[in-house]
Order: sequence, then structure tokens, then C-alpha cells
Amino acid sequence: MNTPIRRLSVVIAALFTALLVAATMVQFTQAKTLNAMASNKRTLLDTYSRERGAIIVGGQAIAKSVPVQDQYRFLRTYPQDELYAQMTGFYSYAVGAPYGLEHASDDLLSGDADTLFVRRVTDLITGRKTAGATLELTIDPKAQAAADKALGDNKGAVVALDPKTGAILAMVSHPSYDPNPLSSHDLTKASKAWQTLSNDKDKSYLNRTINGVYPPGSTFKVITAAAALENGVVSDENSSVPGPAELDLPLTSTNLPNEDGRACGPGDKTTLIHALEISCNTAFGSLGLELGGEKIRAQAAKFGFGDALQIPMRVSVSSVPADLNAPQAAQAAIGQYDVRTTPLQMAMVAAGIANQGRVMTPYLIDSVRSPNLDIIESTPDPVELSQATSEQTASTLTKMMVSVVDHGSGARAQIDGVEVAGKTGTAQHDPGKPPHAWFISFAPATDAKIAVAVVVEDGGVTGSEIGGGRVAAPIARQVMEAVLGR
Amino acid sequence: MTTTVEPLTPRTRRGAELLLLILAIGIVLLAWVTTDLNRNGTVPANIIPIAGGFTALVLTVHLVLRWKAAYADPVLLPITTVLNGLGLVMIHRLDLARGKLGTDGDAYRQIIWTTLAVALAVAVLFVLRDHRLLRRYTYVTMAVGFVLLLLPLVPGIGRTINGSQIWISVGPLNFQPGEFAKIALAIFFAGYLVQTRDVLSLAGKKVLGFTFPRGRDLGPILVAWVLALLVLVFQKDLGSALLFFGLFVAMLYVATERVSWIAIGLMLFAAAVAFALSAFTHFQKRVDLWLDPFSPDNLERSNQLANGLWGMASGGLTGTGLGAGRPYLTSFAESDFIFPSLGEELGLFGSVAIIVLYLIFCERGIRTALGVRDGFGKLLAIGLAFSVAFQLFIVVGGVTRVIPLTGLTTPFMSLGGSSLLANWVIMALLLRISDQARRPMPEIPVGVAADEPAPAEVTQVVRLT
Repeated sequence: MNTPIRRLSVVIAALFTALLVAATMVQFTQAKTLNAMASNKRTLLDTYSRERGAIIVGGQAIAKSVPVQDQYRFLRTYPQDELYAQMTGFYSYAVGAPYGLEHASDDLLSGDADTLFVRRVTDLITGRKTAGATLELTIDPKAQAAADKALGDNKGAVVALDPKTGAILAMVSHPSYDPNPLSSHDLTKASKAWQTLSNDKDKSYLNRTINGVYPPGSTFKVITAAAALENGVVSDENSSVPGPAELDLPLTSTNLPNEDGRACGPGDKTTLIHALEISCNTAFGSLGLELGGEKIRAQAAKFGFGDALQIPMRVSVSSVPADLNAPQAAQAAIGQYDVRTTPLQMAMVAAGIANQGRVMTPYLIDSVRSPNLDIIESTPDPVELSQATSEQTASTLTKMMVSVVDHGSGARAQIDGVEVAGKTGTAQHDPGKPPHAWFISFAPATDAKIAVAVVVEDGGVTGSEIGGGRVAAPIARQVMEAVLGR
Repeated sequence: MTTTVEPLTPRTRRGAELLLLILAIGIVLLAWVTTDLNRNGTVPANIIPIAGGFTALVLTVHLVLRWKAAYADPVLLPITTVLNGLGLVMIHRLDLARGKLGTDGDAYRQIIWTTLAVALAVAVLFVLRDHRLLRRYTYVTMAVGFVLLLLPLVPGIGRTINGSQIWISVGPLNFQPGEFAKIALAIFFAGYLVQTRDVLSLAGKKVLGFTFPRGRDLGPILVAWVLALLVLVFQKDLGSALLFFGLFVAMLYVATERVSWIAIGLMLFAAAVAFALSAFTHFQKRVDLWLDPFSPDNLERSNQLANGLWGMASGGLTGTGLGAGRPYLTSFAESDFIFPSLGEELGLFGSVAIIVLYLIFCERGIRTALGVRDGFGKLLAIGLAFSVAFQLFIVVGGVTRVIPLTGLTTPFMSLGGSSLLANWVIMALLLRISDQARRPMPEIPVGVAADEPAPAEVTQVVRLT
């Protein structure tokens, strides 16, 4: 009987070999694939129970992971509730991290970024738990608080930049929401909060400063003026431009009127600076006709229109349509006809003019620190996005924008003892609704520390430039005052 | 063949067993302490009684072996100790994760079962002085085996757990009688086949080089097949059916040396499986889960297999460390899925070590079968060794996706009294047979030899040479 026993032992050996091969397949060969599966709860728990890096503004955490006694080990909390909601986004066990820095900088915050590789290796050797990197933001908490307070119950957005570096100083979008319930470990509560948020008709989850796209209205006239100066259509702020009560548009039967129905100056003529002060539609419309769509579009592109920026969140692309015919170019020149922009883009326009025509690439993350606060990535050197205008043009535009605040529609942005440059805007978007109120500005005019763009949805008054000046300009003023210490 | 190379006065090797035992106990206690350190950062308060109790238990078996079976195989007990101990550690670890401490814990129950299992094994060694005594009870064990096998079908005491009706409930106790049926049937098959092997192996027609049995000799295999089919259909337990039928076919082959029996057996079983697959959605679902455990539909239905695989994958090569993984996410982590649980925390190295321990266990069983001189002992030893190997293949193969998942326990490790008791009895029987195998020739007990003229053995000697 020994021969069949030996043969059977070969069968037994084969059975065991199959098990050894299978175990190796599962735990070695296919382990990576298995671990990467989306429905794998272990991997999910691994990520969620890791100590995620904090997000810091002015030395205070606006998002941090607090140790708790449950299976996820750390609870993500947002101490400032609604103030930074769209900036941070949220980190939810129930729905993931779809928005904000939690989404855009996930690899840094979770510790999975390539720059943290060396650290992960030492963690593995020393048995230390891998933790995520801490992000320090460029936000000035005073500016953020002022912007939040000034915008109040209005729907809209405020964004402030340091014109010299592109650092984002304030970023407020209203309405906002509280990210804390979404990151709750009570999954029912979190899912419910998510239901409410994702069905919000005001889209409070939307970061309007970078993902809200609006017609820029009259604030766009600054770009038209820049194009006119750069292309030699006018020589300086005192150049004479046409300013009739109505501009006859070629190819169409419609005309482009001024809001008040009056001419902008005696003899249907005015100066460029006065045209900007009173936001003269016919003057900029005729400049648009003279320049043509492509030159306006090219000038806008130099300010950043058409660029897909990441700060590191994705910024919606601002655009001036291509292939504009003459009447469309006239419309675009005053910020109508499908010209679309984000508030950040208009802040970049103001900042570019303030910075001698040089537009700096905007950024939100000042430095990245390891969990024990070693700097991993220090403050980035400012990166120039483009030279949008010559220094000469920029200084002419500054003079004109100062005049808008001192003598024109932007009077409410005046600050005692500080020269403020600005431009109002009122953008029609829906015939049944009031227009959006805009204001872009920077201060001090000669050595700017801050550039601000404000948009208040439905905040204007139809048929008048008053909206931008009355609603949006005071908001910009309060933010500038906060930064300038007034 | 083997007998000729054995030394004239073989050593008992009990000293080697003691050394291996100390090593085994050390491994288990280290694992236990590591678990608590990883979970709570402290050495468990009750480590002294646990360590003392566990050591006392296995050393008792060791001493009984010195006294009652001095020539028994020295490796079986240490391996059983490690496997049982690691199972306990994992059950304790899952208790910690679920906050079931002290007498509420599964580990507490398992420790009691281990004690009972050791007591039963010792009793077997005491009562059964010679394994050949079991041959007297060939048909008694047959009856016992059949009854145990079919007991879960009796209305009132049979219970369906996890889709298979392989449990019985008597009062507060749940029992899987199939575990004991396995032993009873192995004894019956051995006794029966030793008597009938000549008829089954010699008579028949030759077709295409294979000698096929006569029609009337097909009786036994058909009976076994029908029995397996009953288990399959009424208990919905593919694992048990496969185990019993596989055991029978393997022992039939060893007894007759005829490959045709294996061919017939495979065909019969394939037919049964094909029938079950077409007739019962229960099996179709299992196969479906086996083929694609990660599809959203299947995850919705049962994420158990996927969870076990993810657990093992998360352990990778070196494992998360005992107490540091998440085996509790898998349902039945302490019973059917104890192997993935250990694989998660001990890594591929641990999984391979555990599989190899089983392999050595079975190899010692095979060695015993080769060494023992009587045909009944050979058949019983290989039967028991094969049943452990095959059961491990069915359950571990199920959780690693070699075959569809079926509900069987992992020998010595899974939570559950019936499985522990039955497997310790298997080990005790193998120890007893191996004692006979390695004991020097002259010492054949007179009493046994007298009522055992055993014509089978005579034939056997002829065959061996």
C-alpha cells in the first residue's frame, strides 16, 4: 500500500502548493491592486485614520485633525466654521473631499505627496505613524474677516491680492456653509449635511472667487483702456475720445447708448480719463470699434484671460470670445457680450496695473511644513504671469483709476490719507434681475499693498452705474483698510 | 521499504518533542503579549495564569506520551500547539477589538474548549492502547458516522447557519457533528477497505489500459456518493460533501492502487456538482462570488470574501503586526476567515509559515502511514492526514480564491468546540498509530495479536516486497 500512499502524498503536496501560490498572489503579486480598490474599506480607513496636516492662517489652524477615540482616530475640524469653508473644503468619511484645499492639496495633507517620500521611508524605519504636511496660507486674517463682515448677507465674492507677489490675502464667497457636520464621524449626520449642501440652490459650496463666472461689466473698460493705450489708439489719459449719447453700431440697427442717455462731454467728445471716471459706454464702445475684437482679446489674455490657473485649486477660465465682429467688439469693450470673468481674474487686472503692468501668478499656499514643522517647501518666489502693459500704460491707467475714486463713480472707496485707485462696474446678466455690482481697486496707488475685486450678485441698480459704486466699493474699502491698518 | 532502513532500536525522540514544545509555547506566548502590547500598550494582567495554564496543558500531553506512547511522532504535538495557540491569539485579538473581555470573550470559550480537547486527546491515548482495536468497531463507526453526518437534517435540532445546515443545537450548545463524522468515517473506510480491497482491486475488465471494476463492486462508492449528494442537497454544504467524498476516494485509491477509482470518483463528483449548480441558486451565487468577488453587485450580496482578500493584501509581506490590523472588518474573522485574519497581521511570511506547519503535520501523518505495519493502520493514518490536508485546502483555498468558498473550519485554529475536539482526536489517533509505527518490532502486544490474525497484513508484506 506504500506506493499509492506516496502517490497520494504528491497530490497533498500539490494541494499545499496551490495554497502557497494563492497566498503569494493575494499578499504579494496582487496586493497593490487589491489595496487600491475603491471599495476597500481598509485602505479607506488607513487614509482617514492618518493624522492629516493642518491648514494654518496667521498662526491659527483653520482645519486640523483632532485625536478622538473611535476607529477613525482623528476628527477633521474647522475651528472657524463658515469663514474659510470654500477655501478649505471639507474632508468627509461619508463623501470624500470634493472641494477646496482638502481636495486640491490632498497628497500633501495626507502625506502621500512625492516631496514627502523621504519622510515616509524614515517613518517606516522608525515605526513613526505617517502624518500629513501642514499648509500655511497667504491669507491675511484681518483682510479675510473684514471681507466676510463687509460682504455680510450679500451673495457674492471678495478676493484680495498682494499686487507685488500674487499672494492671495483674502478669499470670501457668500453664502457659505459650515464644513464641520460634513466631516462628522456620524455618517448619517455627515450624509445629511452633504444632501443639504449639494442641493443648495445658492450653491454655497461654490468658491465664487475662483469658480464663479460673471460678466465683468464696466470694470472691463480698464482693459479696453489698456488696449487703446498699448496699441497707440490714444496717447495718454487726456487724449480726446468720442463720447456721444448713443454710439451707432455698424452692421446692426441697434445703437449702444449711455446709461443716462446723455453725451459724455461737450461736442460729443471727452477725454479718456473723464470717460473712465463716469464710465462712458459710448467712449469705450468706439474704442472697441477702433481696436477690433482681437486686440481687446489679446490685451485681456495678457492679464490672464484664457489661462487655466491653479492656486492650487482650479480657477475657472475667464474668457473673451474669439472672432468678434464690430458691434460685438464694441459690446465686449464695455464688458458685455459673453465676456466672462472670475473675481480673481479682475483682482489680477487691478493688481497688474498696480504692479507696473506686471501680473503675478496668484497663489494661496505660502509654505508647506512637515508634521514637526520643518519647512518642506518655503514661500515661493513670486512668479510673473505676464507683462500685461508697459510701465507707462500702467501709470496712466493708475492715474485714471485714482480719478475714478477721487472724482467719479468710485467715491465710496476713498480712504483718508491713502490714494486709492478703482473702477466700478454694473453687469447685466438677466433681464428680470438687478445687475451684478462690481468694484476693482488697489491701494496705495503709487506703492500698492493690496488689490481687491468685489462682486455682489444682483447688487446693482438697473440703468445706472450707481450699483458698483454704492454696494461694492465700500466693501473693497473695508478690506483695504484692514490690510493698510486704517 | 521504510521499515528496512529504520534503526534496530529507534529513539523515542521525546526530548526533541520537549524542545519543540518549549519553542511552540514561546511562539504562542510572544504572539499573545505582542497583541496586547500593540492594542493597549501593556502586557496583559492575566498573562501568568494564561501562560501557566497553556503550558501545563500541552506538557500534560507530552508527559502522557512519555508514559503511554513513548515512540509517538515528536513533531505532531508541537505543531498542534502552535496552530491552536495562534488561533487562540487571533480570537483574543478579535475579542479586544470588539470589547468582549473576560468571560464574555470568545477566547475564554475557546480556552475551555482547548482544555476539553486536550483532555479528550489524553483520554484517547489512555483508552486506545492499540489503534487496531478500532477495527472491531468498523460497522459501529459506520453507523455513527452516517448518523452524525445526517444529524443536522433532523427537524428540531438541525440549524442553518450562514446558508448551510451543518449544525445541531442541543440546549445552549451548537455543534457541528460533521467534524466527528469525519473521524468515524475514516475509521469505517479503513476497516471496510482493508477487508474488501482485494476484491475491489483485482476483479474487473481492462479498458484502454485501465482496469475498471465490476458493476457489483461499484456498490460502496455509489453509497458514499449518494451520502455526499444528500449532504450537498439537503445541508447545502459543498465543503463537507467534497471532504467526505474526497476522503473516501483517496482511501479507496490507497487500498486498491487503482487509478480508475479516482477517475470514477471525479466523474461522479463532477456530476453531483453540475447537478447542484444547475438546481440550486445557493451554489450559483457562491461560484459567482468566487469568480468576481469585487463587482458592486456581489459586494452588495456578500463582501466577506472580498474583505478577507483585502485584509490579506493589506498585510502584504510582513503583515501589520498582531493587534495592529483590521481583521475585525471581515465577518466570521474568528472562524471561517481566521486564516485571512492571521495573514493580515502576520503577512505573507506568516501565512506561508502556517501553511507549511499544516504541510509538516500532514507529512508526519503520511510518514506514519508509510511506517506502520498493518493495513488498517496505514489506511487510517493516510485517511486522517488526507482529511486534514483536504479540509485545509477547501477552507484556505476558499478564502484565497483557489476554489469557491464553502463553510469549513480551519483545523485547530477556528473558533468552535466541535472542530477543536475532533482535530485533537485526529492528532491523538495519529500519535497512537505513529507510536505503533516507530515502536521496535518485538513489542507487539500479545493480547491484540491474538484476536487479530489479520490476513490483510500477510498480503501486505507480500505487496511491500
